[in-house]
Amino acid sequence: MVLEFSPDNKKEVEWLISRYPRKEAAMLPVLHVAQKQFGYISTEAMELVAKTLELPINRVQDVASFYTMYNEKPVGKYHFQVCHTLACSILGASQVVDYLEEKCKVKCGSGISSDGKFTITRVECLGSCGTAPMLQLNEDYHENLTKADIDKLIANCK
Amino acid sequence: MEKVLTKMVGVTNSQDISVYTQNGGYQALPKALKMTPDELIQMMKDAGVRGRGGAGFPTGLKWSFLPKDNPKPRYLLCNADESEPGTFKDRVLMEEDPHQVIEGLIISSFAIKANTCYIYIRGEYVRGAHILRKAIDEAYSKGFLGKNILGSGFDLDITVHRGAGAYICGEETGLIESLEGKRGWPRIKPPFPAVYGVFGCPTIVNNVETLVTPVHIINRGIQWWKDNEPKLYCMSGHLNKPGTYEAKIGTNLLTLINEFGGGIRKGRKLKAVIPGGSSVPVLRADECDVNMDFDSLAKVGSALGSAGCMVMDDTTCMVNSLWNLLKFYAHESCGQCTPCREGGHWLEMVLGRIENGRGRHGDLEMMLETANNIAGRTICPLGDALAWPIAGLPDRNKGGDLNGQSFVNKFRDEFEYHINHKKCMTSIPHEWN
Ligand SMILES: Cc1cc2nc3c(=O)[nH]c(=O)nc-3n(C[C@H](O)[C@H](O)[C@H](O)COP(=O)(O)O)c2cc1C
Ligand code: SF4
Ligand code: FES
Repeated sequence: MVLEFSPDNKKEVEWLISRYPRKEAAMLPVLHVAQKQFGYISTEAMELVAKTLELPINRVQDVASFYTMYNEKPVGKYHFQVCHTLACSILGASQVVDYLEEKCKVKCGSGISSDGKFTITRVECLGSCGTAPMLQLNEDYHENLTKADIDKLIANCK
Repeated sequence: MEKVLTKMVGVTNSQDISVYTQNGGYQALPKALKMTPDELIQMMKDAGVRGRGGAGFPTGLKWSFLPKDNPKPRYLLCNADESEPGTFKDRVLMEEDPHQVIEGLIISSFAIKANTCYIYIRGEYVRGAHILRKAIDEAYSKGFLGKNILGSGFDLDITVHRGAGAYICGEETGLIESLEGKRGWPRIKPPFPAVYGVFGCPTIVNNVETLVTPVHIINRGIQWWKDNEPKLYCMSGHLNKPGTYEAKIGTNLLTLINEFGGGIRKGRKLKAVIPGGSSVPVLRADECDVNMDFDSLAKVGSALGSAGCMVMDDTTCMVNSLWNLLKFYAHESCGQCTPCREGGHWLEMVLGRIENGRGRHGDLEMMLETANNIAGRTICPLGDALAWPIAGLPDRNKGGDLNGQSFVNKFRDEFEYHINHKKCMTSIPHEWN
């Protein structure tokens, strides 16, 4: 299937491209727009980005595969990314992962829960070490996590 | 002490341009525009500002490396990648006081004669990027950005550029490659960015906190800066009150831990501190009576780095902690150089086996040797960053070999206990409330 940017995203993409002296410099921002619209960076999404930036698709593949934020596969509607680096690790990051796995009924790093809602991933330091343990749920940070916080977060995942 | 860098933190609507101007914001800008770029660079030199991103390089000196006769446009890149574990100070500046950052960027761009500036912000800081974008729009509408800023004839565009999850893009040439729309693969230097940077043009890369300093030096004077130099410290780990604290540079680490950070939580004992972000050698508790500035930390064999202090109490297993860091570096190696790519994974594997009770006699010597073989032999300093936590800083008297003063030797009894007894000496598991 050939993908297209939505009209709003098309405008955003044009604006982004206008901010650089070379079109290809808009690669990362345009991939972000694509991921936001399509949920992950499929081959079709890469084709769209390649066409938009007038680049061969292997250039887009090369970049998309390098950066961890671009999902190669679909993720759940709610993507929990738990920081497991030192400051979070010594304040309970693994227990946070265990608790999430139990609550969301999916193992960390193993795709989407059977109800299609949840994905759990371990990620490296998110620049929030002073409020450990913490996680990023889709775009938002949740810090100083307790079990009660996680219960609340999950209850809000409709 | 009066807060300067974090003055706006906690002020209602601190992100709004009107609130910033009511609190004395955008007053340094018109003064700067009346100076010459050379005077501004001299000001940074006279004040002795050193980079806040990790290496502590003198900022004015870096700015003066720009070639005088190169006709190409110049670029200022604000390094807001903030991915060094333990570091979270730039986030505070950008999220709480974006206009301070923007004012700093305008002045710095004027000083280096750049008409284009990009803020390379780590991709996960969605909130920070959003706040900055909004603040930049406000600054354009007030005539602080765009053409002929405040009638000075100086033009400047600032754009927020989001990264996408790669620690290596914080390294200045990795950042440049990434900004050009490529993998963040560090370049071989020379040429240095000041000569051949982004889009092949003269480029300056500085940390966010570095680039706000001229605002305060202009407002308060060089002497004031020298007497009061403010610094942000990121205090994390087993503290009662972790957080970002502003203090005079050179504040004692124990003061930062016990007064600012509220002491070790649950009345436990301090065991160790990584004082400058995960890449610098660890300090034992008995080494923590040290002033947190570039020179004092270098004297005790560590570094101020990004001023990210990770504080560990006596429940912490040092083998597990070092393994955690090596997992980070092995994951974040960009893969260009063999010593970093292969060495990182190998060290991670050995630490994993020690942690899991399968360590072998000789593993520690092998790790120290491997670390020593990585440091100084790679394209970018990530190779050093991976080796230093294991084996300490290079020793000039030993031909640049690492001095052995970090995790493995400072906590050797714990590593050996793991190997000999196949279990942890610190049997208290990490807690979670
Ligand atoms: C692997 C690696 C990661 C780095 N990450 C950052 C970073 O996130 N932010 C930063 O300001 N500097 C980072 N640096 C340092 C930059 O390369 C560069 O020295 C710095 O941005 C220069 O700014 P300053 O002189 O203002 O400190 C990193 C360096 C290395 C080797
Ligand atoms: S030292 Fe590591 S991160 Fe740096 S360029 Fe070489 S492989 Fe890449
Ligand atoms: S270690 Fe978890 S946010 Fe930095």
